Amino acid sequence: MRMLITGLLALLPLLGHAETAEEKGFAIAVEVDARDTGYINSTAEMKMTLTNRQGQSSIREMRSKTLEVDGDGDKSLMIFDRPRDVKGTAMLTFTHKEGADDQWLFLPALKRVKRIASNNKSGPFMGSEFAYEDLSSQEVEKYTYQYLRDDSINNVPVFVIERYPTDKKSGYTRQIVWTHQTEYRAEKIEYFDRKNSALKTLIFSDYKQYLDQYWRAHTMSMTNHLTGKSTVLEFSDYKFREDLNDRDFDKSSLKRAK
Amino acid sequence: MKKSARLVCFALASSVSPLQAGAGELSGYVAVEALGFVESPAAGATSMQHDGYVSLSAEPEYYTDWNNGDNSLTFSPFVRIDGHDSERTHFDIRELSWTQVADDWEMRAGIAKVFWGVTEAAHLVDIINQTDLVENGDGEDKLGQPMVDLTLIRDWGIVDVFILPGFRERTFAGDEGRPRSLLTVDTDAAEYESAAEDKRVDFAIRWAHSVGDWDIGIAHFSGTSREPRFRTQLGGPGGMTPVGLVPVYEIIDQTSIDVQASMGGWLWKLEVVSRSGQGERFTAAAGGFEYSLVGIFESNTDLGLIAEYLFDDRGDTPRALQDGLSSASAFQDDLVIGSRWAFNDIDSSEILASVIIDLEGNGYNYSVEASRRFGDNWKLSMEARGVADLPDDYNGVLLSVKDDNRLRAELAYYY
Repeated sequence: MRMLITGLLALLPLLGHAETAEEKGFAIAVEVDARDTGYINSTAEMKMTLTNRQGQSSIREMRSKTLEVDGDGDKSLMIFDRPRDVKGTAMLTFTHKEGADDQWLFLPALKRVKRIASNNKSGPFMGSEFAYEDLSSQEVEKYTYQYLRDDSINNVPVFVIERYPTDKKSGYTRQIVWTHQTEYRAEKIEYFDRKNSALKTLIFSDYKQYLDQYWRAHTMSMTNHLTGKSTVLEFSDYKFREDLNDRDFDKSSLKRAK
Repeated sequence: MKKSARLVCFALASSVSPLQAGAGELSGYVAVEALGFVESPAAGATSMQHDGYVSLSAEPEYYTDWNNGDNSLTFSPFVRIDGHDSERTHFDIRELSWTQVADDWEMRAGIAKVFWGVTEAAHLVDIINQTDLVENGDGEDKLGQPMVDLTLIRDWGIVDVFILPGFRERTFAGDEGRPRSLLTVDTDAAEYESAAEDKRVDFAIRWAHSVGDWDIGIAHFSGTSREPRFRTQLGGPGGMTPVGLVPVYEIIDQTSIDVQASMGGWLWKLEVVSRSGQGERFTAAAGGFEYSLVGIFESNTDLGLIAEYLFDDRGDTPRALQDGLSSASAFQDDLVIGSRWAFNDIDSSEILASVIIDLEGNGYNYSVEASRRFGDNWKLSMEARGVADLPDDYNGVLLSVKDDNRLRAELAYYY
């Protein structure tokens, strides 16, 4: 029903109606999504550096595989390499445009596959400043939108839009997203917690373009304003259109993920 | 040679080519463990048991794959050296297996470990691997099982067919070991129903499927029971004094179902098994829920609340049956209440506390487990475990461990 309404709303400008802030925000999100469609699959190595207020840091290393799914959210498989006590732990996620994501964890010591309760999206990922929902596939349907203004970051023109999670289990009331005006990629996100206070800021940097279309930030820096802690997530060795299909994202492949 | 066997040989010969193998990967841990007991052993002053134990263990793992990951080899031996208990000092090959992956099937051959099931307190349907009972009273440590596991991947689910050549005996604490039964289990005297003894080839089949929020598994096992019954060994002057327990491994058929449903913060779980071959057919079940509270008290801490009901037809008092073998389960009519605290901090600090309450008034089992990491490579685990509040006239299976309340600490280095 919402799709129908938004579809109708999208037609309204053609009738000479001035575009509302909601329509403009939504249109930007749709364009961001459209430009990231068609990559089919990708793999990458990830390194997370967690730093506390005293400057002590700790490293996490993971490998991830992502598969685009027609008409639904992405599937992803993440394998942990460091710290060494969790080496071999793997997480399989089926994101959905609507409703809760499906998630299973493989525990190598017991060879056990455990389903994870689907309400944990606001929880910290691996003790970092990233919540699960910050890292999961960003589907258009997961938010409603409002365009705020045009602005610039480092002399780059950006759209500033505000978005509101549709899922009540989200840890946020709203997010402000700075989106590159020509490349339609996120440059910065501010997160506001359930009490609507500024909680975290995420900066995207070291963007590289793949297959002449898909932009990927190679550094994502998250700072928590309440705790003073920060996490830098670095991506390397991105590969696209590998020999991957549904079979690489099922519970059998989860059990032998290494 | 049959055609199918020739095909398997061909597949092996064409895919196992060490020259193609890339550089393998070595990981694992070494650990030191201290185990201390609060009370003197129930067996009394003549017992050879101790109040404190120190042991070392190591479990390296070597992994390599080739053919773009479609073939892999895993080798993972395990060793424990215990300061007192010669039975707990043991070596095992947890895994030495070769895997072939194709579009709609997989095959694994060698020694491996398989887990089935969904519940937390009891693992009823999990039957492929023998329990390495000397490792920890929770029964979650398993011995490597020789197997050929053929996995068929279909739209309507995953079917696993297991051929299990050879049987692994359960490990039991020796005379100096603790906790253990009052009479030591004489593993050298193990008896088998099968004339092939521990060389019998067993079979299992399992169908598993995930549909939306549901995970379902149905399985059947036909072979030598991983869980033995016991015969009392007589000896001493006149040969009439009980001196030990003999494990008796019979041939069983066990059918099982396990179901889990994920609904928001709720995970609903059920396991049911029906087993024949050890005296009367019996049924055992475990079912309940885990409810997750995310970010309690405005912190990053997640709290999981666990409640499960455990049922077992056999009752918890060992009855000497006509065939002279006793069988019982401590969890015949019990309620499990537990909580899991995950602090989601840099050190992955966790606490799991649970109590199993016997609803027939026969005391309770408790355990508290806590762990955290130090730096990148060290992990400290602490555990308190025991039984309490057994009635004076209690004669059930927990009697022998009634004075075995214990504290355990383990420091492990992972690499």
